[in-house]
Amino acid sequence: MNTIEQSNEVYSENGIVYPSKVMLDLADLKKVYPTPKGDYVVLEDLNLQILKEEFVTIIGHSGCGKTTMLSMIAGLNPISGGNISVLGNPVKGPGPDRGVIFQSPSLMPWMTALQNVLLGVNQVFPQATKGQREDIAKYYLHKVGLENAFHKKASELSQGMQQRVGIARAFAIKPKVLLLDEPFGMLDSLTRGELQDILIEIWNKEKITAVMITHDVDEAIFLADRVIMMTSGPRAKIGDILSIDFERPRTRKSVLESDDYYTYRKHLIDFLEH
Amino acid sequence: MEQEMVLKNEKSMSASFKQLLLKLTPSVKKDGIIKSMKNAGITLLSILLFIGLWHMGSKALYNKEADYKVEKALQERGEEAAAAERACIESGDSSCQPNTLPSPTQVWASLKSLVADHQVIKADKAAFAEKLSATNEKLIAQGKDPIVYTGRASFIDIVLTSIKTVFAGFLLALLIAVPIGIIIGLSPSLRSAFNWFIQVFKPVSPVVWYLLVFMIVKTLYIGDSSDNAFVISFISVGLCAMWATLVNTAMGVSSVDKDYINVAKVLKLGTFQKVFKVILPSSLPLIFTGLRITLSVAWMVLIAIELLAQSQGLGLFVWEEFQNGANDSNSKIIVAMFVIGIIGFLLDRLMLTVQNMVSFNKNEMA
Repeated sequence: MNTIEQSNEVYSENGIVYPSKVMLDLADLKKVYPTPKGDYVVLEDLNLQILKEEFVTIIGHSGCGKTTMLSMIAGLNPISGGNISVLGNPVKGPGPDRGVIFQSPSLMPWMTALQNVLLGVNQVFPQATKGQREDIAKYYLHKVGLENAFHKKASELSQGMQQRVGIARAFAIKPKVLLLDEPFGMLDSLTRGELQDILIEIWNKEKITAVMITHDVDEAIFLADRVIMMTSGPRAKIGDILSIDFERPRTRKSVLESDDYYTYRKHLIDFLEH
Repeated sequence: MEQEMVLKNEKSMSASFKQLLLKLTPSVKKDGIIKSMKNAGITLLSILLFIGLWHMGSKALYNKEADYKVEKALQERGEEAAAAERACIESGDSSCQPNTLPSPTQVWASLKSLVADHQVIKADKAAFAEKLSATNEKLIAQGKDPIVYTGRASFIDIVLTSIKTVFAGFLLALLIAVPIGIIIGLSPSLRSAFNWFIQVFKPVSPVVWYLLVFMIVKTLYIGDSSDNAFVISFISVGLCAMWATLVNTAMGVSSVDKDYINVAKVLKLGTFQKVFKVILPSSLPLIFTGLRITLSVAWMVLIAIELLAQSQGLGLFVWEEFQNGANDSNSKIIVAMFVIGIIGFLLDRLMLTVQNMVSFNKNEMA
C-alpha cells in the first residue's frame, strides 16, 4: 500500500493531477469477451496514467490480460468500456503515433532489414526525400548494431537480429508512445541482455514514453521508472505500483550493486507469489 | 623408444593425410556424393527391374495372343493353316503379329522410327520452303497470304504443339485465377459469394469443359474458316486447371500472418500498399503451390482435350494411333505415354524451382 501512495506522488500533488504531464491515460478500462457461457471479463476498472518520458514495465501472471491491455492501447483490440487517450486524444484505432514492438519480430521476411524499417519511415515521413528517409532508417539500424546487415533479408537474420530490426522500426517512426509486448521473451538470456542494453541506450536518447510487458523481474527493474503489477484475471486490474528510483543512465553493474535492487526484487516476487 | 617414435610418426602422418583428404573432400560433400551415387544406383536398378518386368509381361501376353491365333486357325481352317500361322508368327512377318502390349525393344524401335520420320519431314519442309520462297515473296509483296506447308506433322511437331497448348492454357489460368483469387481472398463476403461457384465448377470433368468451350467458340468463330482447334483446346485446358490456383490464391491472401497485418495496421498502410507490400508477397508461396498444381493438371487433361478438339497434339496422336491399328501403333502409343510422363515431370520440376525461388522461408518448404 505504501508504494502506491509513493508512486501516486509522481503525477499528483495534494490530490491534484497535472494532466499536461500525462502522456497516456487509461480510465476505467474494461475488456469483455463474449463466450457461450456468458461474458468473460478480462479487465475491469483499470486506471493508469503514464507520464511523458516515462518508462513503465508491466508484470503479472500469464493470461492476466497484460497483452490485451497493450493491444487495446495500440488500437488493435476494441475497448469494451472506459477510455484510453494519448495526450488527451482518445484512441480510436491503430496508428503510427503508438509504435509497437511485438513479441515475435514480425518482420516481412521477404524484405531486407532496411526495407522493413523503411516501410514505416516512408509512411510517417511522406514529405521527406527518398535519401532522407533512407538516412533515418539507416541511422536507427546503425543504433541497434546492424550497420552491416542493411541489405540482408529478414529471413536470413537470427531471432535476436530480427528483434533489433523490430526495435529500429519502432523508433524510426518517432512514435509518441512505444508499446513493447514481451519483446525479448523468445530470446536466450545472453541475447536478451544485449538487447536490453541496446533498447535502453536508444531510449535514453529519444525518451519516448514506453510501456513494456515482461515476465522477467530483473528486466522489469532494470528498464523501468515504475513497475506496474497486475492482479490475476479474470477482472484483472492494477494490483500494485513500484517506483524504481535508480538514476539514469543506468548500468547493469550499478543496478546490481545497489541494495535497493534486492528490496525491489523481493517486493515484486512477493507480489507475484501471492 | 624408437618404436614409439615410429608409431608417433605414423600417427601424425596418417593424421595429416586424413586432414588433406578432408580438405580435398569436405565431409559433407563426401557424404553427399556417396548418397547421391547410392540414390542414382537405386533408381537405375529400379528402372532395370521395371523394364525386365515389362519385358516378361509383354512376352507372356504375346505368347497368349499367339497361341490363341494358332488355336483359332486350327479350329477354323484345320491343322495346315495352324502350322502356317505358327510359322508366320515365328518368322516375325508383320502381317500376322499378335497385337498386344509391345515389348521394350519394340517401343525403342518405334521411338527411333519417329525421330527418323521427323528428320524426313524436316528435310521435306526445308525443301518446300526453298522451292516456294520466291513465290511466297511475291505473294507477300502482293499482300496475299503465303503458301504454307500443310503436310503431315512429325512427332516432334506434335509434342511442341502440346507444350504450346499447355502453356497457353496455363497462362490463361494464371490470368484468370490469380486476380480473382486475390480479390475474393481480400473480401470475406465475396469469398462466400464465390464459394458455391468454385465448389460446383471445380469437379467438372475436362470433357464437359471442352464441350462448353466448344459451344461458345464455335459460335464466335462463325464465318471464320481458320482452325479453332488450338483455341478451343487451350481455353478448355486453362478453365480445367485454374481451380487449384484460384483456391490457393484466395487461401493465401485470406490467411496472411496476423502479425504482418498488425504491423500494416500500426503503420497505417493504405490499401494499395497493404496489398502489394504485405499481403501479396506473403501469399506468393501458396500462389505458386497452386500454380504448380495447375500446370500438372493442365498437362494431364491436355491429352483428353486434344483428342476431342482434334488439335494436332499428343492426345490426337495417341487416339489416331489407336484407331489406326498399324503394326507399330501400340508401341507408338507407349512412346507417347513416356514422352507425356517425362514432360510432365520436367514441367513439375520447373515449377518447383520457381516456387523455391519465390519462397522467402526456406525452412517452411518441405
